[in-house]
Amino acid sequence: MQMNEYKPLIVAFCCNWCSYAGADLAGNNRLNYPADVKIIRVPCSCRVNPMFILRAFQRGADGVILCGCHPGDCHYTSGNYYTRRRMALLFSMLDYLGIERERTRVEWVSAAEGAKFAATMNEFVEKVASLGKNKRLEDLRCSK
Amino acid sequence: MQRIGVFVCWCGSNIAATVDVKAVSEALLKEPGVVFSTDYQYMCSQAGQNMIIEAVKEHNLTGIVVCSCSPRMHEATFRKTAKSAGLNPYMVEIANIREQCSWVHKDIQTGTEKAIILGKAAVAKVNLNAPLTPGETPVTKRALVIGGGIAGIQTALDIAEAGFKVDIVEKQPTIGGKMAQLDKTFPTLDCAACILTPKMVDVAQNDKIRIFSYSEVEGVSGFVGNYDVKIRRKARYVKEDICTGCGACVDKCPMKKVPNEFNLGMDNRHAIYIPFAQAVPKVATIDPNTCNMLKNGKCGVCAKVCTAGAIDYKQKDTIIEEKYGAIVVATGFNPISMEKFDEFAYNQSKDVITSLEFERLTNAAGPTQGKLLRPSDNVHPHTIVFVQCVGSRCSACAEKGKEYCSKICCMYTAKHAMLVRDKYPDTEVYVFYIDVRTPGKAFDEFQRRAVEEYGVKYIKGMVGKVSPEGNKLKVQASDLLNNKQIHIDADLVVLAAAIEPDKSARPLATMLTASMDTNDFFTEAHPKLRPVESPTAGVFLSGACQGPKDIPETVSQASAAAVKVVGLLAKNKLTGNPCIASSNELMCNGCSSCERVCPYGAITYVDKEFRMPDRTTKVRRVAQVNAAVCQGCGACTVACPSGAMDLRGFTSAQIMAEVDAICK
Amino acid sequence: MAKNMNDLRDELIRMSGSDPVKCMSCGKCSATCPAYDEMEYHPHQFVNMIDRGNIEPLLESESIYRCLTCFACVDRCPRNVQPAKLIEAVRLVALREQGKNRLKADKVPEMLDSDIPQQAIVSAFRKYSK
Repeated sequence: MQMNEYKPLIVAFCCNWCSYAGADLAGNNRLNYPADVKIIRVPCSCRVNPMFILRAFQRGADGVILCGCHPGDCHYTSGNYYTRRRMALLFSMLDYLGIERERTRVEWVSAAEGAKFAATMNEFVEKVASLGKNKRLEDLRCSK
Repeated sequence: MQRIGVFVCWCGSNIAATVDVKAVSEALLKEPGVVFSTDYQYMCSQAGQNMIIEAVKEHNLTGIVVCSCSPRMHEATFRKTAKSAGLNPYMVEIANIREQCSWVHKDIQTGTEKAIILGKAAVAKVNLNAPLTPGETPVTKRALVIGGGIAGIQTALDIAEAGFKVDIVEKQPTIGGKMAQLDKTFPTLDCAACILTPKMVDVAQNDKIRIFSYSEVEGVSGFVGNYDVKIRRKARYVKEDICTGCGACVDKCPMKKVPNEFNLGMDNRHAIYIPFAQAVPKVATIDPNTCNMLKNGKCGVCAKVCTAGAIDYKQKDTIIEEKYGAIVVATGFNPISMEKFDEFAYNQSKDVITSLEFERLTNAAGPTQGKLLRPSDNVHPHTIVFVQCVGSRCSACAEKGKEYCSKICCMYTAKHAMLVRDKYPDTEVYVFYIDVRTPGKAFDEFQRRAVEEYGVKYIKGMVGKVSPEGNKLKVQASDLLNNKQIHIDADLVVLAAAIEPDKSARPLATMLTASMDTNDFFTEAHPKLRPVESPTAGVFLSGACQGPKDIPETVSQASAAAVKVVGLLAKNKLTGNPCIASSNELMCNGCSSCERVCPYGAITYVDKEFRMPDRTTKVRRVAQVNAAVCQGCGACTVACPSGAMDLRGFTSAQIMAEVDAICK
Repeated sequence: MAKNMNDLRDELIRMSGSDPVKCMSCGKCSATCPAYDEMEYHPHQFVNMIDRGNIEPLLESESIYRCLTCFACVDRCPRNVQPAKLIEAVRLVALREQGKNRLKADKVPEMLDSDIPQQAIVSAFRKYSK
């Protein structure tokens, strides 16, 4: 294993009720996934403003994943439906800007799906790593 | 600038084995705002908590970051600690370095690096934390139940039983609802009136329950704990408090040819009437559309015969305003109209009836005194055909039928068929079914009894056509298991009509800002875990207004809703979640985007006067969040185009700061 | 050459604009059908057999010519499956099969059944009445 292997930087937004609990469950079951994933807790996936995702890319994130409750299971009844629509729009805009589709993702992870959380993160990190660094949106003035 | 203390927990070896806690503690001490940093084996222990309290005092900390297990585990613990240290509990943030770090990473170097980043994110967030205080609102200790059927009755009785006042609003002159019209109830076959009317009397005699019969809800404002409700008490032209229900007026009323709604128009009532003998309240009501005195001032017989002097032709509708802490919707159901089902000849023949009409026909208090006679010629029918799923499971045409299964028809059809065979063994009874759906305690056994013991002929297939010929009804149907088309000369055809929510439900839902599905059934807050609550706080659901239900299910839901109401009314004050949305009135442009996405109807608009820089004042429309109703999902914050809406505890600035800290 | 039955199934669905998957096997089509006794395979069987790809027997059957196309089944079907349109599609497939002409012109007069109206007449009534 090389010491200076490229490590992507992944920001994961997880809703408090399903996906954050799913991530906790992955921990409880000691299901490994790369440390490149850093989780930010939000009350609901619909709290995630597209601005947050753009900001992450601007600051040098290589991939952003947004996890929420399964459709129909939202703690707030309909929040994840808003998420789905908003992210469909945002992602198509990012696509238009030349940001690879694989760098962004919305995934539904329930509080019981620790294994799914870990598998999703493994797969996502691998995908983003294969794409390499996000150079297009990163604002170099922001990096140290 | 905050003065932040960082406390890194070892969690024994759970964290310390894969995270160098000392390194984390040292690294975080260099972060802006951090004035103190330490680590300890078990932060959540009493000793660990005391350490936090002492550090707060010693270093004048204004914010705390605990690097430990998941906030879902111990956030509440550390908030209490902060509170006992004299800090606002919402000045605490947790960096989850156990479930989301040490437990999922094996390498100590990567674990430590990640833990430091997660700690930095938490520090960045706390730097922007503001003290939050949950809002408190008082609770009006009275509940409103809308609908006086078995669901409303049971809910009201249970709430009153717990010692709270409750009002029932019923639009009919009497409570009792659909159950009062039924004959027997499955699967035990006890008579509906025998089990319902004692409950109705209980309601009338309970001094905690008021009945507003012949009344409708006209307007609802307010929010959980504090509803203001306008109730229209329709004029019944009889003084409710004076009328003794003796019925002398009814006997003497010359207007005798009014179709009787209670018997579904199968017989007639008078213009002044009491719906049925056990009505509660047992008070006469004058039907203004048919009363000669009210129409043209010529009659007045009832006023002459009333010894109590209860008749008042000049009565007007009155609107009363009441305050409630909780509202229970129990508006129930109706069978759908059979008008559009030409193939079953419902409009052409009086002998094609719905199942509810059949109930009245077999009810001892019904138009035939319980004798099963054909409506057209009052002759005993010898061949009866029951048709199931009429309008249920029908996705072809929304105006005609309903896409859902009405759930109760299989059981009541089995009941009808069984009762007919029991009373009149000379009768041939056919039931046409698509599927027999009888999940429920002792339900399938019941249906099998109809087949095995009572000889009801169940035929898998649907009736395609009913055509009246002479005094017979020619029924053409398919027998799918025999792959045959069969023809039956029936005397009576009974249609198991689909059920739909009462028409009053939709306008009521609008008044309550409670959500409904496409079929106009009320939606529950969570389909599995909160089945008796509406997503709108303070609104509860009881009975068939939420979905098709039989009596046992309705009663269980009614009692469950009562418990939820009691849980709410038992509180003197409601403590809200402080992590709620709030709008910056100076930035709000009144566009209503947030109002449209709010699933709880927590956002309202007010016209507010603002002082402009040039010392003039200007009235602007701005959003206001009702703290008692907002649940803090944050949907509005993203919808807001001007950035005026933000979520306390999860502000945009805080989340951005976390993003920045992670990406740095 | 026999067509792949799954392809044929899809083609029938495309031609008819009807979807047999929606059928909940209530049998109302067959209950409604005025030509039921004339048919070897009944409307509900058409729906089911097409759904399962068991179409060859339908192509061979006289039933496709017995259907009056009165569309009573289409009107009454609670799931909007439109059995008559499926039957019509099977009939079209049978008629279009080149070299396998099941219907010989000189045999038509003796096949006519004076008891039931001809499809052309019924469909003309359907089209031009109202």
